[in-house]
Amino acid sequence: MIGIIDYGMGNLHSVHKGFEKVGAQVEIITRPDQIADSEKIVLPGVGAFRDAIDTLHQKDLVEPILQFIREGKWFLGICLGLQLLFDKSYEDGEYEGLGVIPGEVVRFDFTGRPDEGELKIPHMGWNALAIKHRAPIYQNIEDGTYVYFVHSYYVAPVDESVIATTTEHGVPFVSSIWRDNVMATQFHPEKSQQLGLQMLKNFAAL
Amino acid sequence: MLAKRIIPCLDVDKGRVVKGVKFFDHQDAGSVMDCAQRYEEQGADELVFYDITASHEERELTLEVLHEASERVFMPLTVGGGVRDIEDVRLMLNSGADKVSINSAAVLDQNLIKRSALRFGSQCIVLAIDANRVKWDGQEVWEVYINGGRKPTGIKVMDWVRKGLADGAGEIVLNVMNADGTRDGYDLEMTAAVSEAVPIPVVASGGAGSPEDMYEVLTRGRADAALAASIFHFGQYSIGQTKQYLYERGIVVRMDRGGSTCNAA
Repeated sequence: MIGIIDYGMGNLHSVHKGFEKVGAQVEIITRPDQIADSEKIVLPGVGAFRDAIDTLHQKDLVEPILQFIREGKWFLGICLGLQLLFDKSYEDGEYEGLGVIPGEVVRFDFTGRPDEGELKIPHMGWNALAIKHRAPIYQNIEDGTYVYFVHSYYVAPVDESVIATTTEHGVPFVSSIWRDNVMATQFHPEKSQQLGLQMLKNFAAL
Repeated sequence: MLAKRIIPCLDVDKGRVVKGVKFFDHQDAGSVMDCAQRYEEQGADELVFYDITASHEERELTLEVLHEASERVFMPLTVGGGVRDIEDVRLMLNSGADKVSINSAAVLDQNLIKRSALRFGSQCIVLAIDANRVKWDGQEVWEVYINGGRKPTGIKVMDWVRKGLADGAGEIVLNVMNADGTRDGYDLEMTAAVSEAVPIPVVASGGAGSPEDMYEVLTRGRADAALAASIFHFGQYSIGQTKQYLYERGIVVRMDRGGSTCNAA
């Protein structure tokens, strides 16, 4: 059973329905004990980094998530669920994340560039993946596939070997990571039509 | 590179899709789920549901069709039209909307955008503007209208756009009323002015009659996305044809047909 962690950050409806659509056994979970009971977990989330990490702490979900990852079970982070894995975010201040992946979360900044006017923030819409390391979710996914993004911050890992894909928005930024049992995407597979659903299916099949 | 988005807009009344010409005369164009699924198959980049229902009871129907759509189409969904307060924003997000577009209510409660963006995040708050070219003492002014284009506000479009940005809107939809439903083309001048004034994405709306109009607004009009209703609903052009046209003219669009990828970059 795949557990989708509901901690009040955004709508889990599409992630839930997306997994159901591809035939996966999936459940929305809210309590620490349900994390340990899941075979795989998905950490979604949209909104502010600070609210998200505060809520995870308040609901006592941090340690169960870290323990789950340490046990080597499959983990998929989506959007904020990617950013939260890092040491630190600079979204409206400076906040500590889960520290699973060394690195930081930084804002797009095109100030002073001649093409500043062309590069909108939030980075919102469909953009292409350049696959660097073919993570298991990218089985049957072609290099150059378009997926849906909406974010103003992106992750900067210290260790480049964790980079699964990059995407071009003024700079090539890290659009997904993969290390051992941990995969996480900046984009929304659940909003990326058939090819996004294929990624969810790949995760479910692991 | 970020693709330009092509967004069909479904004007929804009592759970049905309608689209009027110049706002007032509505024609029935079909069921919401039929339209949503057809557009997903054609490779629409996003869907907008614009609730034009008048009464509160009937608005429940819009939330229901939105909820149903979010279970059956896996693409970004924006809903707008019926928002009066922050509770409406919450209801729409809970019903499956990824973004909520706020129009008249942003004028009537000038803190609503700010409060909504703080509570739910800028990424899901869209400022929708009905703009009209009018004369004030013989001088042309771009004025914000509300209540479905019926009521002038005395607010200038460019001032309103800058306030929306400062309050935390994550996107702007600019619907130019003089062009809406005419199929004579978007208002390129006003769209470009708005897009240049703000760093957030700008969606052009009102006036699409052909793929060429979309090409113009995505280039000269500097829009990040083009929204249209009538040219898609009545089957004049499919989304696929429109994107093919744009692709051949060098616009970066996402080409994705029936599961096979053909990525234009």
